[in-house]
Formats: sequence, structure tokens, C-alpha cells
Amino acid sequence: MAHSQGDHGGRDCLAGAIDCDIHPAVPSTRVLLPYLDDYWREHILRRGLERENLETSSYPANAPINCRPDWRLPSGPPGSSLAALQSHLLDRLRPSFAICNVIHGAQVMLSEDLSAALCRAINNWIRAEWLDQDPRLRASIVVPPHSAELAAEEIERCAPDRRFVQVLLLAMTELPLGRRQNWPIYRAAEAHGLPIGIHAGSSFRHPPSALGWPSYYLEDYVSQSQGFAAALNSLVSEGVFVKFPALKVVLIESGVTWLPASLWRLDKTWRGVRSEVPWLEQLPTETVRKHVRLTLQPFDAPPTEKQLQTLLEQLGSDRMLLFSSDYPHWHFDGDDALPAGLPADLVRKICVDNPLETYPRLKETMR
Amino acid sequence: MNRHVVAKVEDIQPGTRKIVTVKGREIGIFRVGDDFYGLINRCPHQGAPLCRGEIVSRLVAPSPGDYRLTRPGEMIRCPWHCWEFDIRTGQSLCDPNSVQARAFDVAVEPGRALVEGPFVAESVPVTVEETYVVVTL
Amino acid sequence: MNVTVLDRKPDRGAQSHLGFIDCDVHPYVKGPNDFDPFLSKRWLEHKQTIGGRTRQGLAKTSMYPRMSPGVGMRMDSWPKTGGHPGSDLPMMQEQLLDLFDVAYGLLAPLVGGAGGERNVEFGAAMATAVNEWQLAHWCDPDPRLLGAIQVNVEHTEAAIAEIEKRAGDRRFAQVNIPPRGLEPLGRRRYWPILEACAANGFPVSLHLGGTGGHASTGGGWPSFYHEEHPSYVQTMQTLVTSLVCEGVFERIPNLKIVLVEGGFAWLPALCWRLDKHWKRLRAEVPHLKRSPSEYVHDHIWVTTQPIEEPERPQDMLSILEWIGPDRVMFSTDYPHWDQDDPRYAFKIPLPDDWKRKIYRDNARALYNLD
Repeated sequence: MAHSQGDHGGRDCLAGAIDCDIHPAVPSTRVLLPYLDDYWREHILRRGLERENLETSSYPANAPINCRPDWRLPSGPPGSSLAALQSHLLDRLRPSFAICNVIHGAQVMLSEDLSAALCRAINNWIRAEWLDQDPRLRASIVVPPHSAELAAEEIERCAPDRRFVQVLLLAMTELPLGRRQNWPIYRAAEAHGLPIGIHAGSSFRHPPSALGWPSYYLEDYVSQSQGFAAALNSLVSEGVFVKFPALKVVLIESGVTWLPASLWRLDKTWRGVRSEVPWLEQLPTETVRKHVRLTLQPFDAPPTEKQLQTLLEQLGSDRMLLFSSDYPHWHFDGDDALPAGLPADLVRKICVDNPLETYPRLKETMR
Repeated sequence: MNRHVVAKVEDIQPGTRKIVTVKGREIGIFRVGDDFYGLINRCPHQGAPLCRGEIVSRLVAPSPGDYRLTRPGEMIRCPWHCWEFDIRTGQSLCDPNSVQARAFDVAVEPGRALVEGPFVAESVPVTVEETYVVVTL
Repeated sequence: MNVTVLDRKPDRGAQSHLGFIDCDVHPYVKGPNDFDPFLSKRWLEHKQTIGGRTRQGLAKTSMYPRMSPGVGMRMDSWPKTGGHPGSDLPMMQEQLLDLFDVAYGLLAPLVGGAGGERNVEFGAAMATAVNEWQLAHWCDPDPRLLGAIQVNVEHTEAAIAEIEKRAGDRRFAQVNIPPRGLEPLGRRRYWPILEACAANGFPVSLHLGGTGGHASTGGGWPSFYHEEHPSYVQTMQTLVTSLVCEGVFERIPNLKIVLVEGGFAWLPALCWRLDKHWKRLRAEVPHLKRSPSEYVHDHIWVTTQPIEEPERPQDMLSILEWIGPDRVMFSTDYPHWDQDDPRYAFKIPLPDDWKRKIYRDNARALYNLD
């Protein structure tokens, strides 16, 4: 087994990989105007909303972690240029596909209808200005997470375009993700063979934790993994995977290494509290291994290679990890998109086999 | 292996249990209807007095929210961590393939058969007129 | 898990459990009036009319009903004499202190509601009452039991006064603050209280609980206790994150923090995450002079219960090694349903020196015990 960085960390082994998380950004709200219907275009113009930058507070664009220095653009928010994406990533690392996950204020608006209108515009925009322009690109359907009904409608509207390969939600919204009110989203996603991608981020309907509001962005960022753990607990406990047995969930930008200890705790609780949630007939860990995938970057790696090996064993499945660059976020330098120390056979699975298994729509257009 | 007389049948009413000591081991004798079962009084998890737990049903749900009460009175729930075990087999619900409480053979025998021996009476005087619960250990 | 039929005896090193220090023992009241002798007339009247007020929908019990009565008690801990589990000292002695010849039991009173009381004057009065009650009902009758000073952190002056009043009283081992408060504990407004703890030689024990009014998760209120129970871990993680990132340990170099009832297997991965992202965002927190994991190791102790039970039992050894066996202390959480038995909690034998540290020596050193 090859373990050194040089063997697989760089460009050569990433050629043909599937990048499961990149972030094209809406350059300004104005660009969405042609993609809104007449009603919502006038609504937005009357309120002057096209002049507002609807960047989410989960991802302040100028924070160092949110854009690699050499990936910053002369103008516009990081990730807002297709040409830059091509030269920084697509032409350089030569992935076979890259999945666009747009994080935008559309997902956090309080008006369900305005949220849905903006999401529709984003999906139209990403289709016309990114997917149509580069055959390597695929996208997640952006939906209003606080309205399951409108989210399901948007899934129905976009699903016929097979270049939409996933439905995108945020880790922390109004209701824990497993709650029954959210089930129309999962029903629609399952019906169309679309995984649910849960991306780091919050609509901040609640403070990031039960402790209240922290002071620093660093704390918010670190706490994302707790948000993921809670979201996963909710999906498992509410029986989403019992109700929708074909559903897959991808945790995007979660940090990964928190998972094994979190599952030990979940299993432990389940053994004693099972009768509260009697639809769960197997250990949460088994359910998670079957239904849940995680993108690779950022990978909160332990300090030593030995610890990394132990941690990979604790995951207990070589099918769970999916390659991601998290472009343009800054988690690695140069072409070292893979964490050091991953065994070569696992790298192949992470880069190609696992994404293809997770996103069946990708196979339809494999060259 | 000996047969140990641990109780008169009428000492253990349906839905109840009696904890007895056989060869230094505490064993819970459970009566489910007219059937008797024996489990070691020790949870395989952390050693709690398992047989002193609640006698409960098996709560199941084929899908979320579709709650059903099945097998009333056939499960024992550990008094500490609430792990549930099948009284009939000792099998756990939380890990049926590898977590199990030790089960013992329990039978009902008429006193007439017992007095012919051999048996060990655990402080239960045996007479021909009565019926007894017998543990083989 | 590889547990099969437990017909086993405690492992050969069992004797080393005897004389252990239990870092989480819960005393309860015998009746609703136990605190009354320690309240002034003014606050007694308040208690009897308005009563305690928290930040949740139910006045007297948890929003997450447990799976066993008494808000989740060990079923065999109900005293035959009546009353609540944990309210009867002879029974606690029989089931815990004498059974294992416990050297010291660190009390964590979850009664009185002082910490989460919205009327902070009443909260301060209840804190004092619970402290007096601990001495009268527990520490004095059984000197193995060491009290935890209750405070209401929203009343800074009263909290500091209470800590100073107890300084030097060896019957109190630490100050107890509920983690789920109005704001993350690392924030500046709480520094004077944390400084008082350190200045008076008290470690700060953060025992799971509190009603700060915020949802248990960043994504809202879970439906089930099945989710609430694991969410305690996330609370502990955010707590560590807050204390480290706010620079509390730079500001108060002799502050010692004990995390109680949050488990511990999650700590290494949290440290990796903190270190990694601190490197990228360190300009935001220039007050941090060292990596987050260094602060954690120097200032934070964890107690074991509810102990994680890894799928592969040997992973427990890795976790202990990664945290450092000098920072882990055994706790039972008697008489709660999810308490751990010192004989069987670890599903794999520990090296003898780790065992001595975890069951005894770490707590002895931290709390300065004989």
C-alpha cells in the first residue's frame, strides 16, 4: 500500500476523479434577474433587492478559510467565475465531473415564497451559465429548506434534467432535518434517485449550539461538525431511512473524523432508548454505513498516519468517503487535494467508485 | 447436572418472577402464562441484577409512527441501562446475535415424579401432592 | 460489541477499583422542603408562591422524558423507605460508597435549580441553600462525599461571593456550573467568576445540564430523548471550543475544567478539528498563543460516564492514549439509568498504570486529595 503524498496526492491520480463539492458563487443578485419569472423579478426590483449581496453569514467570503489565496478573483466573490474554475481546478486536476453546490442567501430567507423564487432562479442560472457551458459540471438542486412543500416542487421541476444529481440542504435550519415536516423533500428525492446533500451552514434560526451564540467565526466553523452530528442523529432517530429505504445522504464539508465517536454514542443510546423509537431495529451505525456518505474536504486529519489508519478502520466502510476539493475554500495548497496517508486502493474508491455509486445519474453520461 | 426444585408452581403467578439461588448463582424464574423460564440474574452488559427489572412488552413499529405493542409480558428490561431481553431465550433486542443473557432449562414436575429422585431441593420441601418448578443446572 | 454471556467475574485487576474516586455522584432531596431551613423568609415565601422559573415549557420536569421513572433513575435505586433515588444516604452507601469502598465521591447536585433560575437573586439564594444542604445532609454525615459549590453565573457578584465564602472549606471540591446557559461559558462576562474559581483553588466542574433556553442543537429542538442524550456530547464540544477560542486559558492560566457526563471519545477528533481550522483562522483569535489542543490538554479533564462502547473494544485504548490517560477520571453517575459500574464499564482491560490514574490518581492530584 502506498502511503506517501507523492504517490497519489497530486494531479495525476486525480485525473478522472469525481469532485463532489465545488462552490460556484452567484456574482451578484442582479445576474439572477433574467432567471426569475416576471412576478418575482418585479417584486425584487421594487424592493431593490437586486442591489443587495445575499451572501450567507455561514461563509463570509473574505475569511481566509473560504478562499485559497491563489484562487481569489480580481473582482467578484470567490468561485463566481467559470473561466477561473476551469483554469484553477477543472483543467488542472482534470476531474471527470464536479458537482456544483451553491450556498446562497436564498436558502435562509424567512419568506418561504421569496426563498423558493430565488432558489428557482439559482437553479435556472446554474443550468444556463455553468452546466450548459462545461460538460464536466453537474449541480445540486437548491431548494427552500424551510418549506418542504415548495422544496419538493422545485425537485420535481428540476429532476428531469439529469445533470442535477442531488438535492442540497443546510445542516442547521429551523427544524431538525429528520422531522416529519421535511419528509416531502425526502420523498421527492428518493423518487428521482437523488441523494440529499447536507452542506455545512446554518440559517441561524437557532444559535449554533445549546450554549448560545459564540464570539468567533472559528467557533462557528468548528461547531459545524456538531451541527452535522445532530442532523444525522435526527435523520436516523426519526426513521427517515426506514421510511425512505432507497435514500442516500451526503454530508458535505463536515470534517469527517468526528463520525466514529459520534456513532459509538448513538449506538450506546439506542441500546437503552430503542423503545422510544421502535422503528429502529438495527444499530444506528449500520444504518449510517448503508445510507450516509461524506465528502473529503475539509478532512480533520489526526496528527499521525497511524492514527489515520485507526480512524479509517473505525469508519468501518470503504464506501463512505467521496472525493471533494471544496473549491474555492482553502483546505489544501497546490494540487494536494487528498489528505496524506490514504491507502491507494481506498483513494480509487474515494475518487471514482464511491461517487458513482452515490450519484447514479453520473453513470448515465460517463464517457 | 442436577435437577433443583426451586419453587412450588403456585408460588409464581403468571406475569411474575421469583429470584432463586442455585449452586451460588442467582436465577430469575419467570412465569409467562403457564410456561416457566429461567435467566441468570446478571445483565451481560454491566452486571446489573437483570431479573429485578421491569417485565415489559416488545414495542415495535413497522414504520415511523406506526406503534404496536406485541408480546406483552415477554421481555425483561434491565434495571440499569434499559436493555431488553426475551424472557424465553435470553436474547437481547439490541444485539440479538452477540448479546445474550444466560438462560436455564426450567420444567414443571409433579411432586410424585420428583420424590423418586434424584433432585436437589433448594429449601423447598417436596410432597407428592404438589407441582414444582425445577431448574436443571 | 463482543459481549456474549456475562457469567464472568470481575477481571483480575478488580481490586484496583476498590478505593476509587467517583467523579459524579448525584444526591437528591427527600422532599420538596429540604432546602427551606437554608432559605431566608423572603426567599422561602418566593419559593412557596412563584417558585423556580427556568427557560423551558415544563415547570417541574425535563422536556425529554427518560425511559425509566424519576427522570431516568436506575430501577434498583429507589429506597425501600420511600423517596427518590439518591435521597437516602444509607442506600447510597450500600450501592456505591461501601460496595466499592469509594475513597471520595464528588457530588453533583442536580436539584434546587439554582444554576438556571431566571430570577438571579432567587437563584443566588437557592445556590447558597443547596450548598448548605450538601454539607448538612451529605458531606458532614459521610466525609467521603465532597460538595460542589452551586452558583448562578448570571449573578456575578453573588457567584463570586459564594465561591469566596467556601474558599478553604475542604468539604467542597469544586464549583459546579451547568454548561447550557445563556451564553457560551468562555465569553468575557463569565471571566470574573472563572477567575474566582481559579484564585480560590477550585476546579470548575461542568456537569451536563442547564436550561439556557436555546435549542439542544443548532438545527432546532429534537423530538426524542434518543437524540437529546447524544446532543449532550455536542454541548460539551461547543463548551470546549468556547473556552479555548475565547482565550480563557490565556487569561486564567491556573483554571482547571472538568467535563462531567459528556463521555470523552469525541475529544481527540475535536482537537484535530480545532487545530486544523485555527491554523487558517488564527488571525481572528490573536489572543491564542498556542494550538487549541495544547490548551485542552493543559486545562481540561474528562470524566468517563456515559462511557463510549466502541464497536471494536480496543479502540477504547486508542482513545485513552490520544487524550492522555492523565486527563481521564472515572465516574459512575449513580443513581442515573445510564450510570457505569466501575467493574465492567471498560470492555477491555486497561494497563495497570492507566487504571490507577483513571480510577484514582488523576482525581487525587486534581482535587488535592489524600
